[in-house]
Amino acid sequence: MIQITSGSLNEVARHAESDYPYECCGLLLGEFLESSKSVAEIFPISNAREEAAKRNRFLIRPDELRRGEEYAKGRNLAVVGFYHSHPDHPAEPSQYDLEHAWPIYSYVIVSVKSGQVAAIRSWEQEFDRSRFTEEVLEVREPAVSVAK
Amino acid sequence: MQVTISIPTALRHFAGGNATIRVDAITTGEALEQLTALHPELRKHLFNDKNELRSFVNVYLNEEDVRHREGSSTPVNEGDSIMIVPSIAGGATAAPEVKNLPELSHEEIARYSRHLIMPEVGLVGQQRIKAASVLMIGTGGLGAPVGMYLAAAGVGRLGIVDFDVVEASNLQRQIIHGTADVGRPKIESARDRLREINPHIEIETHETRLTSENALRLFANYEIIVDGTDNFPTRYLVNDACVLTNKPNVYGSIFRFEGQASVFWAKRGACYRCLYPEPPPPGLVPSCAEGGVLGVLPGIVGAIQANETIKLILGAQDTLVNRLLVFDAWQMRFRELKLRKDPQCPVCGEQPTIKELIDYEAFCGLRQAPPTGELEEISATELQQQLQRGEDIQVIDVREPSEYQIARIAGTKLIPLNEVVNRMTEIDSTRQTVVHCKGGVRSAKAITALQQAGFPGRLINLRGGITAWSNEVDPTVPKY
Repeated sequence: MIQITSGSLNEVARHAESDYPYECCGLLLGEFLESSKSVAEIFPISNAREEAAKRNRFLIRPDELRRGEEYAKGRNLAVVGFYHSHPDHPAEPSQYDLEHAWPIYSYVIVSVKSGQVAAIRSWEQEFDRSRFTEEVLEVREPAVSVAK
Repeated sequence: MQVTISIPTALRHFAGGNATIRVDAITTGEALEQLTALHPELRKHLFNDKNELRSFVNVYLNEEDVRHREGSSTPVNEGDSIMIVPSIAGGATAAPEVKNLPELSHEEIARYSRHLIMPEVGLVGQQRIKAASVLMIGTGGLGAPVGMYLAAAGVGRLGIVDFDVVEASNLQRQIIHGTADVGRPKIESARDRLREINPHIEIETHETRLTSENALRLFANYEIIVDGTDNFPTRYLVNDACVLTNKPNVYGSIFRFEGQASVFWAKRGACYRCLYPEPPPPGLVPSCAEGGVLGVLPGIVGAIQANETIKLILGAQDTLVNRLLVFDAWQMRFRELKLRKDPQCPVCGEQPTIKELIDYEAFCGLRQAPPTGELEEISATELQQQLQRGEDIQVIDVREPSEYQIARIAGTKLIPLNEVVNRMTEIDSTRQTVVHCKGGVRSAKAITALQQAGFPGRLINLRGGITAWSNEVDPTVPKY
């Protein structure tokens, strides 16, 4: 289960709509809890794929991931997962997503149809890498506001 | 050597919950083997079933990606840190770009490996490079580095247009040609060199001048045109033909130690005419033969052109479209100017008036009747005879001081072309005056300028300049 603030979820949706028809991508920053994760902030990243591929591929380069991790550390947060969009495609992970994923992280996928968000779903990869399992995405306001 | 491996958060669960693990190894590859031996569950998240590191897993040795070193054979030292950092990649299933792209052979994969491991290129990018076709106009100063780098990159089909022959003075900068090629058609020399660089690509030679009659037909067969020409009429011809055939025009130009580069693409913005609606008056901008050029400069500009061509093939967003890069190699400064389509542009604007290729020589003012019609001329041999007979002739040399250093005719007075009108009084109008330069063109201009300024004396042009003097009269005078 992944809990996310309404503010963060809105930012994800807006990012996905504004990058349409290209895939957008970014980091989810928050905390690993006992058996779930919570997202306090998002960290948008610029899709590093070349123009012709951006409609159905995204890439976050390792140096950008590290930049995000540094930022997260500075705010006492961890990278708990990633979000990206599927323009004119369902919010379900593809074979390509599966081959490029690691377990433990949450993969939030936004389906954007004709420029508007149609669905947002979250997925985790099984430990044996065989498939993704959908996890519950719950909108929840933070109990304590994050130090600015 | 003892090294510490930092485990990314997501994988700590499979590494016994540890954030760091110490192992003993001599290479990074061995370190990872040790790691997965200690924690076998980690293995499948780092390696695929061919035992290769998964493409999205990056290994850093002390902050440096081992891909920039020796990969898994990168040696480690005592106390080094290894970090495992993923690239996060993914996307929807349908991958249209993979359809109809040519396969790469094992040899090609080995050859292009440094492209394949970059996310900006990758296997698909390299396939697109192989599927691409580029026509290079000219295989001289600019065309040399362009051709060599595009061939090295694996552009599947390269066309070259050039009708010239290799000369010794080319070798200072046209590095695609060698000493043994002097006297050969440039196109054959270029073809041989490019084949040697990369035998996997197709090279199509067009030993012809590019004209309004053949340009459209030639351009139709290629996706991208690279302008490596050295004269204004051809630049306008290339531009117009690119606009009419809707192709991008990768432009480069050089003068002494200044270079320019851009990508003109009418469907995305400015074309060459939007920037330079009219050519300069003939003779104002000297060619390399007249003005000189720092040999390495076209190497720099041509490499930039090759860079932009490859980016266009890969579909990169940040190309030089609508940007003019201006570069001074002496001061080592780059400047950039923003370009915009001129809505009134006669060829690519909203109401184009040029819908066919025109007479570009006339457009550039080169068809005007040359003033030599009214100019008195003398040959080098005749001048020599008159001097030997003791006739009273003053000979004025209108070349630049640097040229005077290289070679001169004895007894001549140097007044460079751009000073000749101002220093008119230094020429004795009561004597017969012969004016010379290197080839006879500048001296003709000097005479016209002096006559228009009211010089009363008799002015005679030395036909063929000091070059003719060296050929006909005194071979000890060097030609340059």
